[in-house]
Amino acid sequence: MRYLPHTEDDIALMLEAIGATDLDELFAMIPPQCRKDGELRIPGPLTEWELERTAQELAETMGAGRDYVVFLGAGSYEHFIPATIRYLLGRSEFTTSYTPYQPEISQGTLQAVYEYQTLVSRLLGMEIANASLYDGASALAEALLASVRITRHDRVAVSQALHPHYRQVAETYLQSTGFEVVELPFDGDGRTDLSRISGEKGFAAVAIQSPNFFGCIEDLQRAANLSHDTGALLVVSFSEPLAYGLLKNPGSCGADIACGEGQSFGVPQSFGGPGLGIFATRMAHVRNMPGRLVGRTRDLDGNRGFTLTLATREQHIRREKATSNICTNNSLCAVAAAMYMASLGGNGLRSLASMNRDKAEYLKRELASAGFSPRFSAPTFNEFVVQAPSGFHQAYERLLEKKIVAGLPLAGYYPELDDCYLLCATETKSKADMDALVREIRS
Amino acid sequence: MKEIHELHFPETVRYAHDHEWARQENDIVVVGISDYAQDQLGDITFVELPQEGDFFEKGEEFGTLESVKAVSEVFMPVAGEIVAINGELGESPRLVNEDPYGAGWLIKVRPTNATDLENLMSANEYEDMLRGLE
Repeated sequence: MRYLPHTEDDIALMLEAIGATDLDELFAMIPPQCRKDGELRIPGPLTEWELERTAQELAETMGAGRDYVVFLGAGSYEHFIPATIRYLLGRSEFTTSYTPYQPEISQGTLQAVYEYQTLVSRLLGMEIANASLYDGASALAEALLASVRITRHDRVAVSQALHPHYRQVAETYLQSTGFEVVELPFDGDGRTDLSRISGEKGFAAVAIQSPNFFGCIEDLQRAANLSHDTGALLVVSFSEPLAYGLLKNPGSCGADIACGEGQSFGVPQSFGGPGLGIFATRMAHVRNMPGRLVGRTRDLDGNRGFTLTLATREQHIRREKATSNICTNNSLCAVAAAMYMASLGGNGLRSLASMNRDKAEYLKRELASAGFSPRFSAPTFNEFVVQAPSGFHQAYERLLEKKIVAGLPLAGYYPELDDCYLLCATETKSKADMDALVREIRS
Repeated sequence: MKEIHELHFPETVRYAHDHEWARQENDIVVVGISDYAQDQLGDITFVELPQEGDFFEKGEEFGTLESVKAVSEVFMPVAGEIVAINGELGESPRLVNEDPYGAGWLIKVRPTNATDLENLMSANEYEDMLRGLE
Protein backbone atom coordinates (compact mmCIF):
# COMPACT_ATOMS: atom_id res chain seq x y z
CA MET A 1 0.00 0.00 0.00
CA ARG A 2 1.37 3.45 -0.85
CA TYR A 3 1.91 6.10 1.74
CA LEU A 4 0.69 9.47 0.45
CA PRO A 5 1.55 12.34 2.78
CA HIS A 6 -0.64 15.43 2.83
CA THR A 7 0.83 18.56 1.28
CA GLU A 8 0.41 21.97 2.90
CA ASP A 9 -2.22 22.71 0.25
CA ASP A 10 -4.16 19.50 1.09
CA ILE A 11 -4.16 20.42 4.76
CA ALA A 12 -5.31 23.99 4.07
CA LEU A 13 -8.15 22.70 1.88
CA MET A 14 -9.33 20.26 4.55
CA LEU A 15 -9.14 22.88 7.31
CA GLU A 16 -11.20 25.22 5.17
CA ALA A 17 -13.82 22.54 4.57
CA ILE A 18 -14.36 21.98 8.28
CA GLY A 19 -14.01 25.65 9.21
CA ALA A 20 -10.87 25.51 11.36
CA THR A 21 -8.22 28.21 10.97
CA ASP A 22 -5.23 25.99 11.73
CA LEU A 23 -4.21 22.53 13.02
CA ASP A 24 -3.98 23.74 16.63
CA GLU A 25 -7.62 24.69 16.50
CA LEU A 26 -8.49 21.27 15.06
CA PHE A 27 -6.78 19.53 17.98
CA ALA A 28 -7.92 22.00 20.66
CA MET A 29 -10.53 19.59 22.03
CA ILE A 30 -7.81 17.11 23.09
CA PRO A 31 -7.01 17.77 26.79
CA PRO A 32 -3.58 19.41 27.22
CA GLN A 33 -2.31 16.58 29.47
CA CYS A 34 -2.84 14.19 26.57
CA ARG A 35 -0.88 16.34 24.14
CA LYS A 36 2.85 16.58 23.68
CA ASP A 37 4.21 20.05 24.09
CA GLY A 38 6.90 21.26 21.71
CA GLU A 39 8.70 19.52 18.89
CA LEU A 40 9.44 15.79 18.69
CA ARG A 41 13.11 14.96 19.18
CA ILE A 42 13.76 13.59 15.74
CA PRO A 43 17.03 14.23 13.90
CA GLY A 44 16.77 16.55 10.93
CA PRO A 45 16.54 15.31 7.36
CA LEU A 46 19.59 13.79 5.68
CA THR A 47 20.64 13.59 2.07
CA GLU A 48 20.65 10.15 0.48
CA TRP A 49 24.49 10.04 0.76
CA GLU A 50 24.41 10.94 4.45
CA LEU A 51 21.61 8.49 5.14
CA GLU A 52 23.43 5.63 3.47
CA ARG A 53 26.54 6.36 5.50
CA THR A 54 24.56 6.53 8.76
CA ALA A 55 22.81 3.23 8.03
CA GLN A 56 26.14 1.59 7.17
CA GLU A 57 27.67 2.80 10.44
CA LEU A 58 24.71 1.44 12.38
CA ALA A 59 24.95 -1.91 10.60
CA GLU A 60 28.62 -2.19 11.53
CA THR A 61 27.83 -1.88 15.22
CA MET A 62 25.98 -5.21 15.02
CA GLY A 63 27.54 -8.65 15.01
CA ALA A 64 25.45 -9.87 12.13
CA GLY A 65 27.83 -9.03 9.35
CA ARG A 66 28.95 -11.45 6.66
CA ASP A 67 32.45 -11.42 8.15
CA TYR A 68 31.33 -13.36 11.24
CA VAL A 69 31.64 -17.13 11.25
CA VAL A 70 28.63 -18.31 13.24
CA PHE A 71 28.27 -21.82 14.66
CA LEU A 72 24.83 -21.10 16.06
CA GLY A 73 21.68 -23.03 15.30
CA ALA A 74 19.33 -23.49 18.24
CA GLY A 75 16.21 -22.78 16.22
CA SER A 76 17.52 -20.44 13.53
CA TYR A 77 19.73 -21.88 10.82
CA GLU A 78 22.11 -20.36 8.30
CA HIS A 79 21.50 -21.98 4.93
CA PHE A 80 22.29 -20.91 1.40
CA ILE A 81 19.21 -19.49 -0.30
CA PRO A 82 19.18 -20.09 -4.07
CA ALA A 83 19.10 -16.87 -6.08
CA THR A 84 16.00 -18.13 -7.89
CA ILE A 85 14.01 -17.84 -4.68
CA ARG A 86 15.01 -14.25 -4.02
CA TYR A 87 14.06 -13.41 -7.60
CA LEU A 88 10.71 -15.25 -7.69
CA LEU A 89 9.71 -14.12 -4.23
CA GLY A 90 10.38 -10.50 -5.15
CA ARG A 91 7.74 -10.62 -7.87
CA SER A 92 4.89 -8.29 -7.04
CA GLU A 93 2.33 -11.10 -7.51
CA PHE A 94 3.70 -12.69 -4.34
CA THR A 95 4.97 -9.67 -2.44
CA THR A 96 1.62 -8.15 -1.63
CA SER A 97 0.76 -6.36 1.57
CA TYR A 98 -1.86 -8.97 2.43
CA THR A 99 -2.68 -12.45 1.22
CA PRO A 100 -5.47 -12.07 -1.30
CA TYR A 101 -7.89 -14.85 -0.49
CA GLN A 102 -10.57 -14.17 -3.09
CA PRO A 103 -10.25 -17.07 -5.52
CA GLU A 104 -11.46 -15.01 -8.47
CA ILE A 105 -8.36 -12.79 -8.36
CA SER A 106 -5.75 -14.93 -6.56
CA GLN A 107 -5.32 -18.23 -8.34
CA GLY A 108 -1.53 -17.83 -8.45
CA THR A 109 -1.08 -17.24 -4.72
CA LEU A 110 -3.60 -19.92 -3.81
CA GLN A 111 -1.89 -22.45 -6.05
CA ALA A 112 1.51 -21.59 -4.53
CA VAL A 113 0.11 -22.12 -1.02
CA TYR A 114 -1.56 -25.37 -2.12
CA GLU A 115 1.79 -26.59 -3.43
CA TYR A 116 3.40 -25.57 -0.13
CA GLN A 117 0.82 -27.68 1.75
CA THR A 118 1.45 -30.64 -0.56
CA LEU A 119 5.23 -30.47 -0.20
CA VAL A 120 5.03 -30.10 3.58
CA SER A 121 2.70 -33.11 3.83
CA ARG A 122 5.08 -35.22 1.76
CA LEU A 123 8.18 -34.12 3.66
CA LEU A 124 6.61 -34.89 7.03
CA GLY A 125 4.70 -37.98 5.90
CA MET A 126 1.39 -36.49 7.02
CA GLU A 127 -1.97 -36.44 5.23
CA ILE A 128 -2.72 -32.72 5.40
CA ALA A 129 -0.89 -29.47 6.15
CA ASN A 130 -2.40 -26.05 6.73
CA ALA A 131 -1.43 -22.87 4.89
CA SER A 132 1.12 -22.09 7.70
CA LEU A 133 1.14 -20.39 11.09
CA TYR A 134 3.48 -17.75 12.51
CA ASP A 135 6.41 -19.82 13.75
CA GLY A 136 7.49 -23.09 15.33
CA ALA A 137 6.58 -21.92 18.82
CA SER A 138 2.99 -20.91 18.08
CA ALA A 139 2.57 -24.04 15.95
CA LEU A 140 3.44 -26.14 19.01
CA ALA A 141 0.98 -24.23 21.18
CA GLU A 142 -1.76 -24.70 18.57
CA ALA A 143 -0.92 -28.42 18.33
CA LEU A 144 -1.33 -28.83 22.08
CA LEU A 145 -4.69 -27.04 22.02
CA ALA A 146 -5.83 -29.15 19.04
CA SER A 147 -4.87 -32.30 20.99
CA VAL A 148 -7.00 -31.18 23.92
CA ARG A 149 -9.96 -30.63 21.56
CA ILE A 150 -9.50 -34.03 19.91
CA THR A 151 -8.90 -36.21 22.97
CA ARG A 152 -10.91 -34.16 25.52
CA HIS A 153 -8.11 -34.72 28.01
CA ASP A 154 -6.93 -31.70 29.93
CA ARG A 155 -3.20 -32.07 30.43
CA VAL A 156 -0.24 -32.31 28.11
CA ALA A 157 3.28 -33.70 28.50
CA VAL A 158 6.08 -31.63 26.97
CA SER A 159 9.71 -32.72 26.68
CA GLN A 160 12.33 -30.56 28.38
CA ALA A 161 14.50 -31.22 25.35
CA LEU A 162 11.99 -29.21 23.32
CA HIS A 163 13.16 -25.68 22.42
CA PRO A 164 12.92 -23.52 25.59
CA HIS A 165 11.32 -20.65 23.66
CA TYR A 166 8.66 -22.93 22.17
CA ARG A 167 7.84 -24.23 25.64
CA GLN A 168 7.59 -20.67 26.94
CA VAL A 169 5.14 -19.69 24.19
CA ALA A 170 3.10 -22.86 24.71
CA GLU A 171 2.87 -22.17 28.42
CA THR A 172 1.68 -18.62 27.74
CA TYR A 173 -1.00 -20.00 25.41
CA LEU A 174 -2.11 -22.61 27.95
CA GLN A 175 -1.88 -20.40 31.04
CA SER A 176 -5.42 -19.07 30.86
CA THR A 177 -6.98 -22.38 29.78
CA GLY A 178 -6.46 -24.34 32.98
CA PHE A 179 -4.83 -27.22 31.09
CA GLU A 180 -1.85 -28.63 32.91
CA VAL A 181 1.62 -28.86 31.34
CA VAL A 182 3.79 -31.71 32.65
CA GLU A 183 7.47 -31.56 31.68
CA LEU A 184 9.29 -34.74 30.71
CA PRO A 185 13.01 -34.74 31.63
CA PHE A 186 15.81 -35.81 29.28
CA ASP A 187 18.16 -38.63 30.10
CA GLY A 188 21.91 -39.14 29.78
CA ASP A 189 21.82 -39.79 26.05
CA GLY A 190 20.10 -36.43 25.41
CA ARG A 191 16.70 -37.87 24.54
CA THR A 192 13.38 -37.49 26.29
CA ASP A 193 12.76 -39.81 29.22
CA LEU A 194 9.32 -41.20 28.47
CA SER A 195 9.03 -43.39 31.57
CA ARG A 196 6.90 -40.71 33.20
CA ILE A 197 3.99 -41.23 30.83
CA SER A 198 3.90 -45.00 30.63
CA GLY A 199 0.91 -46.33 32.49
CA GLU A 200 -0.49 -42.83 33.07
CA LYS A 201 -3.78 -41.90 31.47
CA GLY A 202 -5.33 -38.54 30.85
CA PHE A 203 -2.72 -36.86 28.63
CA ALA A 204 -4.03 -35.12 25.53
CA ALA A 205 -0.61 -34.97 23.92
CA VAL A 206 2.98 -35.99 24.35
CA ALA A 207 5.12 -33.36 22.64
CA ILE A 208 8.72 -34.03 21.70
CA GLN A 209 11.08 -32.37 19.28
CA SER A 210 13.26 -34.23 16.81
CA PRO A 211 16.04 -33.44 16.26
CA ASN A 212 15.56 -31.95 19.70
CA PHE A 213 17.02 -28.74 21.13
CA PHE A 214 20.30 -30.59 21.81
CA GLY A 215 20.37 -31.78 18.21
CA CYS A 216 19.63 -35.35 19.33
CA ILE A 217 17.39 -37.54 17.20
CA GLU A 218 14.51 -38.88 19.26
CA ASP A 219 13.06 -42.37 18.96
CA LEU A 220 9.74 -41.26 17.44
CA GLN A 221 8.39 -44.74 16.85
CA ARG A 222 8.75 -45.63 20.51
CA ALA A 223 7.29 -42.28 21.58
CA ALA A 224 4.29 -42.88 19.29
CA ASN A 225 3.66 -46.34 20.74
CA LEU A 226 3.92 -45.12 24.34
CA SER A 227 1.73 -42.06 23.66
CA HIS A 228 -0.97 -44.08 21.92
CA ASP A 229 -0.95 -46.66 24.73
CA THR A 230 -1.87 -43.91 27.18
CA GLY A 231 -4.55 -42.45 24.89
CA ALA A 232 -2.50 -39.37 24.01
CA LEU A 233 -1.61 -37.96 20.60
CA LEU A 234 2.04 -37.73 19.65
CA VAL A 235 2.98 -34.17 18.69
CA VAL A 236 6.35 -33.99 16.94
CA SER A 237 7.90 -30.54 16.94
CA PHE A 238 11.00 -29.55 14.98
CA SER A 239 13.17 -26.52 14.42
CA GLU A 240 15.26 -27.98 11.58
CA PRO A 241 13.00 -29.60 8.97
CA LEU A 242 15.98 -30.24 6.70
CA ALA A 243 16.72 -33.23 8.95
CA TYR A 244 13.76 -35.01 7.37
CA GLY A 245 15.65 -35.08 4.10
CA LEU A 246 17.63 -37.84 5.80
CA LEU A 247 15.62 -39.15 8.75
CA LYS A 248 12.40 -41.14 8.87
CA ASN A 249 9.64 -38.55 8.90
CA PRO A 250 7.20 -38.07 11.81
CA GLY A 251 4.23 -39.44 9.87
CA SER A 252 5.83 -42.80 9.12
CA CYS A 253 6.77 -43.09 12.81
CA GLY A 254 3.17 -42.62 13.92
CA ALA A 255 3.01 -38.91 14.79
CA ASP A 256 -0.51 -37.48 14.96
CA ILE A 257 0.59 -33.87 14.55
CA ALA A 258 3.89 -32.64 13.13
CA CYS A 259 4.57 -28.97 13.70
CA GLY A 260 7.61 -26.75 13.73
CA GLU A 261 9.69 -23.98 12.29
CA GLY A 262 10.27 -23.72 8.54
CA GLN A 263 12.83 -20.90 8.52
CA SER A 264 15.49 -23.30 7.20
CA PHE A 265 13.65 -23.52 3.89
CA GLY A 266 14.56 -20.33 2.07
CA VAL A 267 13.65 -17.81 4.77
CA PRO A 268 16.51 -15.47 5.81
CA GLN A 269 17.44 -15.47 9.49
CA SER A 270 17.03 -11.68 9.69
CA PHE A 271 16.99 -10.79 13.40
CA GLY A 272 15.12 -13.90 14.43
CA GLY A 273 12.00 -13.47 12.33
CA PRO A 274 9.69 -13.69 10.57
CA GLY A 275 9.58 -17.45 10.82
CA LEU A 276 7.29 -20.01 9.29
CA GLY A 277 4.94 -22.12 11.39
CA ILE A 278 4.51 -25.51 9.78
CA PHE A 279 1.51 -27.57 10.89
CA ALA A 280 0.51 -30.97 9.52
CA THR A 281 -1.76 -33.73 10.76
CA ARG A 282 -3.96 -36.64 9.74
CA MET A 283 -7.22 -36.21 7.82
CA ALA A 284 -9.15 -37.53 10.80
CA HIS A 285 -8.18 -34.38 12.71
CA VAL A 286 -8.71 -31.84 9.93
CA ARG A 287 -11.72 -30.20 11.60
CA ASN A 288 -9.69 -29.57 14.69
CA MET A 289 -6.78 -28.15 12.74
CA PRO A 290 -6.06 -24.43 13.23
CA GLY A 291 -5.28 -22.04 10.42
CA ARG A 292 -6.21 -21.50 6.81
CA LEU A 293 -6.38 -24.28 4.29
CA VAL A 294 -6.28 -24.08 0.51
CA GLY A 295 -8.08 -26.79 -1.45
CA ARG A 296 -8.24 -27.79 -5.09
CA THR A 297 -11.57 -27.82 -6.85
CA ARG A 298 -13.28 -27.29 -10.22
CA ASP A 299 -15.02 -24.16 -11.40
CA LEU A 300 -18.36 -23.97 -13.27
CA ASP A 301 -16.63 -24.75 -16.58
CA GLY A 302 -14.82 -27.76 -15.12
CA ASN A 303 -11.41 -26.07 -14.97
CA ARG A 304 -9.05 -26.76 -12.10
CA GLY A 305 -9.10 -24.03 -9.47
CA PHE A 306 -7.93 -23.30 -5.95
CA THR A 307 -9.86 -21.84 -3.05
CA LEU A 308 -9.88 -21.68 0.73
CA THR A 309 -11.73 -24.62 2.18
CA LEU A 310 -13.08 -25.90 5.53
CA ALA A 311 -13.30 -22.27 6.64
CA THR A 312 -16.03 -23.21 9.10
CA ARG A 313 -13.21 -23.98 11.58
CA GLU A 314 -12.20 -20.34 11.51
CA GLN A 315 -13.21 -17.41 13.63
CA HIS A 316 -14.98 -15.33 10.97
CA ILE A 317 -17.60 -18.13 10.84
CA ARG A 318 -17.14 -20.11 14.04
CA ARG A 319 -16.58 -17.07 16.31
CA GLU A 320 -15.56 -18.02 19.85
CA LYS A 321 -15.65 -21.72 18.99
CA ALA A 322 -13.06 -21.41 16.21
CA THR A 323 -10.09 -23.78 16.31
CA SER A 324 -7.73 -20.82 16.62
CA ASN A 325 -7.78 -17.07 17.10
CA ILE A 326 -5.33 -16.76 14.25
CA CYS A 327 -7.00 -16.76 10.87
CA THR A 328 -4.13 -15.73 8.69
CA ASN A 329 -0.98 -17.40 7.45
CA ASN A 330 2.65 -16.50 6.84
CA SER A 331 2.07 -16.60 3.13
CA LEU A 332 5.27 -15.08 1.79
CA CYS A 333 7.46 -17.32 3.96
CA ALA A 334 5.33 -20.35 3.07
CA VAL A 335 5.73 -19.59 -0.63
CA ALA A 336 9.49 -19.21 -0.09
CA ALA A 337 9.55 -22.65 1.56
CA ALA A 338 7.58 -24.17 -1.32
CA MET A 339 10.05 -22.66 -3.81
CA TYR A 340 12.96 -23.92 -1.74
CA MET A 341 11.65 -27.48 -1.53
CA ALA A 342 10.76 -27.49 -5.21
CA SER A 343 14.18 -26.06 -6.16
CA LEU A 344 16.06 -28.76 -4.27
CA GLY A 345 13.73 -31.64 -4.98
CA GLY A 346 13.78 -34.90 -3.05
CA ASN A 347 17.33 -35.83 -4.05
CA GLY A 348 18.62 -32.32 -3.39
CA LEU A 349 17.11 -32.24 0.09
CA ARG A 350 18.63 -35.61 0.80
CA SER A 351 22.14 -34.69 -0.29
CA LEU A 352 21.97 -31.31 1.45
CA ALA A 353 20.84 -33.04 4.64
CA SER A 354 23.71 -35.54 4.33
CA MET A 355 26.15 -32.69 3.87
CA ASN A 356 24.85 -30.98 7.01
CA ARG A 357 25.20 -34.14 9.02
CA ASP A 358 28.70 -34.88 7.70
CA LYS A 359 29.93 -31.36 8.46
CA ALA A 360 28.57 -31.49 11.98
CA GLU A 361 30.16 -34.92 12.53
CA TYR A 362 33.50 -33.55 11.32
CA LEU A 363 33.27 -30.62 13.70
CA LYS A 364 32.24 -32.90 16.56
CA ARG A 365 35.31 -35.08 15.95
CA GLU A 366 37.72 -32.17 15.64
CA LEU A 367 36.38 -30.56 18.83
CA ALA A 368 36.77 -33.86 20.66
CA SER A 369 40.45 -33.85 19.75
CA ALA A 370 40.66 -30.37 21.32
CA GLY A 371 39.20 -31.57 24.63
CA PHE A 372 35.48 -30.97 24.03
CA SER A 373 33.61 -34.15 24.82
CA PRO A 374 30.15 -34.79 23.38
CA ARG A 375 27.70 -34.30 26.24
CA PHE A 376 25.09 -36.76 24.96
CA SER A 377 25.42 -40.12 23.27
CA ALA A 378 22.31 -40.07 21.01
CA PRO A 379 22.88 -39.57 17.27
CA THR A 380 22.63 -35.98 16.06
CA PHE A 381 21.92 -34.13 12.81
CA ASN A 382 23.58 -30.75 12.21
CA GLU A 383 24.02 -29.57 15.78
CA PHE A 384 25.23 -31.13 19.00
CA VAL A 385 26.15 -30.34 22.61
CA VAL A 386 29.71 -30.48 23.87
CA GLN A 387 31.09 -30.19 27.37
CA ALA A 388 33.81 -27.54 27.20
CA PRO A 389 37.00 -27.66 29.28
CA SER A 390 36.54 -25.41 32.31
CA GLY A 391 37.49 -21.83 31.66
CA PHE A 392 36.36 -21.98 28.05
CA HIS A 393 34.03 -19.03 28.56
CA GLN A 394 37.06 -16.75 28.46
CA ALA A 395 38.19 -18.28 25.18
CA TYR A 396 34.59 -17.87 23.93
CA GLU A 397 34.87 -14.10 24.43
CA ARG A 398 38.25 -14.03 22.72
CA LEU A 399 36.79 -15.93 19.77
CA LEU A 400 33.94 -13.42 19.57
CA GLU A 401 36.49 -10.65 19.17
CA LYS A 402 37.92 -12.64 16.28
CA LYS A 403 34.44 -12.78 14.82
CA ILE A 404 33.82 -16.44 15.52
CA VAL A 405 30.64 -17.35 17.41
CA ALA A 406 31.51 -20.71 19.01
CA GLY A 407 27.97 -21.93 19.62
CA LEU A 408 25.38 -21.21 22.27
CA PRO A 409 26.25 -21.46 25.99
CA LEU A 410 23.46 -23.57 27.48
CA ALA A 411 23.79 -22.64 31.16
CA GLY A 412 21.24 -19.84 30.75
CA TYR A 413 18.60 -22.30 29.57
CA TYR A 414 19.65 -25.40 31.50
CA PRO A 415 21.58 -24.59 34.71
CA GLU A 416 22.57 -28.27 34.94
CA LEU A 417 24.37 -27.94 31.59
CA ASP A 418 27.01 -25.55 32.87
CA ASP A 419 30.05 -25.40 30.55
CA CYS A 420 27.98 -26.98 27.78
CA TYR A 421 27.71 -25.42 24.34
CA LEU A 422 25.35 -26.13 21.45
CA LEU A 423 27.19 -25.93 18.13
CA CYS A 424 25.77 -26.12 14.63
CA ALA A 425 27.45 -26.68 11.27
CA THR A 426 25.35 -26.34 8.13
CA GLU A 427 26.49 -26.41 4.49
CA THR A 428 27.55 -22.78 4.91
CA LYS A 429 30.53 -23.80 7.05
CA SER A 430 33.60 -24.82 5.08
CA LYS A 431 36.27 -27.19 6.34
CA ALA A 432 38.53 -24.15 6.61
CA ASP A 433 35.95 -22.39 8.85
CA MET A 434 35.74 -25.39 11.16
CA ASP A 435 39.51 -25.93 11.22
CA ALA A 436 39.98 -22.25 12.06
CA LEU A 437 37.58 -22.58 14.99
CA VAL A 438 39.40 -25.58 16.40
CA ARG A 439 42.80 -23.94 15.82
CA GLU A 440 41.69 -20.81 17.69
CA ILE A 441 40.36 -22.93 20.56
CA ARG A 442 43.65 -24.78 20.88
CA SER A 443 45.79 -21.63 20.85
CA MET B 1 -35.35 -22.05 1.17
CA LYS B 2 -38.91 -23.30 1.30
CA GLU B 3 -42.10 -21.66 2.55
CA ILE B 4 -43.36 -22.97 5.86
CA HIS B 5 -46.36 -24.68 4.25
CA GLU B 6 -43.98 -26.66 2.04
CA LEU B 7 -42.18 -28.10 5.10
CA HIS B 8 -43.14 -31.24 6.96
CA PHE B 9 -43.86 -31.36 10.70
CA PRO B 10 -45.03 -34.81 11.80
CA GLU B 11 -47.25 -35.02 14.85
CA THR B 12 -45.37 -38.08 16.11
CA VAL B 13 -42.53 -35.94 17.52
CA ARG B 14 -42.29 -32.98 19.94
CA TYR B 15 -40.44 -29.77 19.05
CA ALA B 16 -38.02 -27.45 20.90
CA HIS B 17 -37.58 -23.69 20.42
CA ASP B 18 -34.10 -24.30 19.02
CA HIS B 19 -35.63 -26.48 16.25
CA GLU B 20 -34.72 -29.90 17.57
CA TRP B 21 -37.35 -32.63 17.67
CA ALA B 22 -37.65 -35.47 20.22
CA ARG B 23 -39.55 -38.74 20.06
CA GLN B 24 -40.18 -41.34 22.76
CA GLU B 25 -39.12 -44.90 21.87
CA ASN B 26 -39.72 -47.16 24.86
CA ASP B 27 -37.62 -45.62 27.65
CA ILE B 28 -35.35 -43.77 25.21
CA VAL B 29 -35.78 -40.39 23.50
CA VAL B 30 -34.57 -40.01 19.90
CA VAL B 31 -33.43 -36.50 18.90
CA GLY B 32 -32.95 -34.80 15.54
CA ILE B 33 -33.51 -31.42 13.88
CA SER B 34 -36.71 -30.27 12.22
CA ASP B 35 -37.39 -29.96 8.51
CA TYR B 36 -37.32 -26.18 9.01
CA ALA B 37 -33.86 -26.34 10.61
CA GLN B 38 -32.32 -28.53 7.89
CA ASP B 39 -33.85 -26.28 5.21
CA GLN B 40 -32.41 -23.15 6.82
CA LEU B 41 -28.94 -24.71 7.16
CA GLY B 42 -28.74 -25.94 3.58
CA ASP B 43 -26.48 -28.81 2.53
CA ILE B 44 -25.01 -30.28 5.68
CA THR B 45 -21.39 -31.33 5.23
CA PHE B 46 -20.35 -32.44 8.68
CA VAL B 47 -22.01 -33.53 11.90
CA GLU B 48 -20.17 -33.42 15.19
CA LEU B 49 -21.81 -35.47 17.91
CA PRO B 50 -21.00 -36.22 21.57
CA GLN B 51 -19.70 -39.53 22.89
CA GLU B 52 -21.89 -42.27 24.31
CA GLY B 53 -22.04 -41.94 28.05
CA ASP B 54 -21.82 -38.13 27.99
CA PHE B 55 -24.45 -36.39 30.08
CA PHE B 56 -26.13 -33.08 29.28
CA GLU B 57 -28.73 -30.81 30.85
CA LYS B 58 -31.78 -29.65 28.91
CA GLY B 59 -30.79 -26.75 26.68
CA GLU B 60 -27.09 -27.64 26.78
CA GLU B 61 -25.17 -27.86 23.51
CA PHE B 62 -24.50 -31.45 22.48
CA GLY B 63 -23.03 -31.07 19.01
CA THR B 64 -22.64 -29.02 15.86
CA LEU B 65 -23.97 -29.21 12.34
CA GLU B 66 -21.79 -27.77 9.64
CA SER B 67 -23.25 -26.70 6.32
CA VAL B 68 -21.52 -25.10 3.38
CA LYS B 69 -21.58 -21.64 4.90
CA ALA B 70 -22.34 -21.93 8.59
CA VAL B 71 -21.89 -23.94 11.72
CA SER B 72 -24.84 -24.30 14.08
CA GLU B 73 -24.93 -25.75 17.54
CA VAL B 74 -27.63 -28.23 18.50
CA PHE B 75 -29.12 -28.23 21.99
CA MET B 76 -30.62 -30.93 24.19
CA PRO B 77 -34.47 -30.86 24.05
CA VAL B 78 -34.43 -33.10 27.13
CA ALA B 79 -31.84 -33.69 29.85
CA GLY B 80 -30.18 -37.07 29.93
CA GLU B 81 -27.40 -39.47 29.08
CA ILE B 82 -26.31 -40.15 25.51
CA VAL B 83 -26.90 -43.84 24.85
CA ALA B 84 -26.35 -43.83 21.07
CA ILE B 85 -25.22 -41.53 18.28
CA ASN B 86 -26.05 -41.87 14.60
CA GLY B 87 -22.80 -43.25 13.18
CA GLU B 88 -24.15 -43.16 9.61
CA LEU B 89 -23.84 -39.37 9.63
CA GLY B 90 -20.04 -39.56 9.65
CA GLU B 91 -20.08 -40.85 6.08
CA SER B 92 -23.44 -39.40 5.00
CA PRO B 93 -24.18 -36.10 6.76
CA ARG B 94 -26.76 -35.32 4.04
CA LEU B 95 -29.15 -37.81 5.63
CA VAL B 96 -30.05 -34.93 7.95
CA ASN B 97 -31.30 -32.99 4.91
CA GLU B 98 -32.90 -35.92 3.14
CA ASP B 99 -34.70 -37.59 6.03
CA PRO B 100 -34.60 -35.33 9.11
CA TYR B 101 -37.16 -37.33 11.10
CA GLY B 102 -35.91 -40.76 10.05
CA ALA B 103 -32.42 -41.82 8.94
CA GLY B 104 -31.15 -38.33 9.80
CA TRP B 105 -31.65 -38.67 13.57
CA LEU B 106 -28.72 -37.41 15.68
CA ILE B 107 -28.67 -38.95 19.17
CA LYS B 108 -30.57 -41.27 21.52
CA VAL B 109 -30.95 -40.12 25.10
CA ARG B 110 -31.94 -41.82 28.34
CA PRO B 111 -33.95 -38.91 29.79
CA THR B 112 -33.59 -37.74 33.38
CA ASN B 113 -37.04 -36.12 33.62
CA ALA B 114 -40.11 -37.53 31.96
CA THR B 115 -41.68 -34.05 31.99
CA ASP B 116 -38.99 -32.58 29.67
CA LEU B 117 -40.59 -34.24 26.67
CA GLU B 118 -44.13 -33.21 27.63
CA ASN B 119 -43.00 -29.59 27.94
CA LEU B 120 -41.93 -29.45 24.30
CA MET B 121 -44.23 -28.11 21.57
CA SER B 122 -46.68 -30.05 19.45
CA ALA B 123 -46.43 -29.83 15.66
CA ASN B 124 -49.17 -27.17 15.60
CA GLU B 125 -47.55 -25.09 18.33
CA TYR B 126 -44.17 -25.32 16.57
CA GLU B 127 -45.63 -24.28 13.23
CA ASP B 128 -47.33 -21.31 14.91
CA MET B 129 -43.99 -20.33 16.43
CA LEU B 130 -42.33 -20.50 13.00
CA ARG B 131 -45.04 -18.30 11.45
CA GLY B 132 -44.32 -15.83 14.24
CA LEU B 133 -40.64 -15.77 13.21
CA GLU B 134 -41.44 -14.60 9.71
